[in-house]
Amino acid sequence: MTIQIDNVHQSEEANADGYREFALGEFTFKRDEFFVYIGWPTGEHMMSADSFLRALQRDVAWDFFYGIVNFDGVFGTLNHYGTVDIFAGRFNESYRKAELDYSENMETPRIRATFEAILDDWTNESFDPFASPHETGSAFGLKNGSNTAAVTRQRVAADRMVGVPGDEQVRSDDSGYPVNRMFADVDQSEPVIEVEPGFEDEVAAFSLFAYLSRSNVTWNPSVVSVCKDSLACPTTEEYILPIIHGNDRVEWFVQLSDQITWEVEDRDTGAVRARVTMRAGDVSAMPADIRHQGYSPKRSMLLVWENNSEKIPEAIASGKAPTYPIEF
Amino acid sequence: MTTTRKAQGGAVQRANYTTVFGSLADHQKGGVELIADDARHYAFSNIFDVASKAIAWDRVAVAKNWEYVLETIRAEGTSPWYAAAHDEFAICMDDGDAEVLVELVKPDSPVAPEGSEGAVLLHTEPVGRPMGRIHLKRGHQALLPKGAAYRFVKQGAAGVLLIQTIGGALTQYRWADICQTV
Ligand SMILES: [Fe+2]
Repeated sequence: MTIQIDNVHQSEEANADGYREFALGEFTFKRDEFFVYIGWPTGEHMMSADSFLRALQRDVAWDFFYGIVNFDGVFGTLNHYGTVDIFAGRFNESYRKAELDYSENMETPRIRATFEAILDDWTNESFDPFASPHETGSAFGLKNGSNTAAVTRQRVAADRMVGVPGDEQVRSDDSGYPVNRMFADVDQSEPVIEVEPGFEDEVAAFSLFAYLSRSNVTWNPSVVSVCKDSLACPTTEEYILPIIHGNDRVEWFVQLSDQITWEVEDRDTGAVRARVTMRAGDVSAMPADIRHQGYSPKRSMLLVWENNSEKIPEAIASGKAPTYPIEF
Repeated sequence: MTTTRKAQGGAVQRANYTTVFGSLADHQKGGVELIADDARHYAFSNIFDVASKAIAWDRVAVAKNWEYVLETIRAEGTSPWYAAAHDEFAICMDDGDAEVLVELVKPDSPVAPEGSEGAVLLHTEPVGRPMGRIHLKRGHQALLPKGAAYRFVKQGAAGVLLIQTIGGALTQYRWADICQTV
């Protein structure tokens, strides 16, 4: 029997492995020791529990992000900024040809509440979905406690810039952000700032590299500086981006340290298009009609640069704007 | 010999890792390996590579998304004075083993016209009140606040800045020169 709590449909009892089961529209979600089972009217899909939870964590933390969050080649979400499509097989050529693809549009608060509830119920105390495999225990096994503090970390978003009075502040040992073990060699000095009286709110600077060295999450862009719709969203990356991100606009990457390799596929079919290797100082656009997944052999610093303008997805979808950034 | 320690996940990891940043003197460019695409769709370049071939204080776009740009600047000597009608930001990507100094002045009358986009060049020293100075080392990011006049001073070896701003009269577009094309 299912019950409804705060708009979330979930089983009243946990299953034999200790996990609740959930329903969202015609989609159903179950997990056991190793796997997650996603059902919809025309099919069913299995995912490893740890891959699923890592992907779900990003989808929730990013509030469905820009465009498409593919959990894998079958299941994912497409953001319409107010509503979200939840889909199976929609960006998979074989599923579409077989007419087995399925999608439903939902009000964002409803899918958000359900995804948050699944994430919280299915994450055991041993597992942190934001962490690299070196930094967390296992996602697997029977239900064993919870890790609510880890799965509800607030995404950081500065209004103007980190370090400006009244805005997001720099990270420190005292504020609970020790330097990550893979960035122990990153200089922690903050810029010297000489301010004339009366300009305390405007003369501001901070160490971006020190700030990133203290990030306690992977693959979770946070806004550090804002010029109108231009958002600098740096992030620290280790191991694999747990989702395959499908763009609805061009986004840009600036590799700040170390190296990431991006596998780039056609957004709609999944056909391979390119492999992009980025080293420190490299800059690359990601076209608006691709999907990509990154691989970072060592924890690295990546500046993701986004244009937050709400007019872009429609302009690109309708063909009024090109899918690539520059004509040259 | 590699010293190691146990990771929380149970695997063995190194006790110490080396973080690789780039510089004018030492950078290794990656690239786009094409399977079924056009390299120009990625506009792939390298900040240090661009700065190594640039004239000091040229503002060369390395990324553009509609009206917004990221500009690379080779910082060497003393820059002209600039101002903008919106916030800009500077990240010091290479401090040339010293620092890049940012000088800020509040002009008595606005320099960049309200609503204008991108940095505006001042042809004379700004007349106004000093706001302050910021000493940037590698990895430091400074606010170049809306309405302020600013200039950079880089003594000694050249450095590199990355500017978050809007494309304007000073922005130089050299995509065919700086990007991977095949
Ligand atoms: Fe992305």
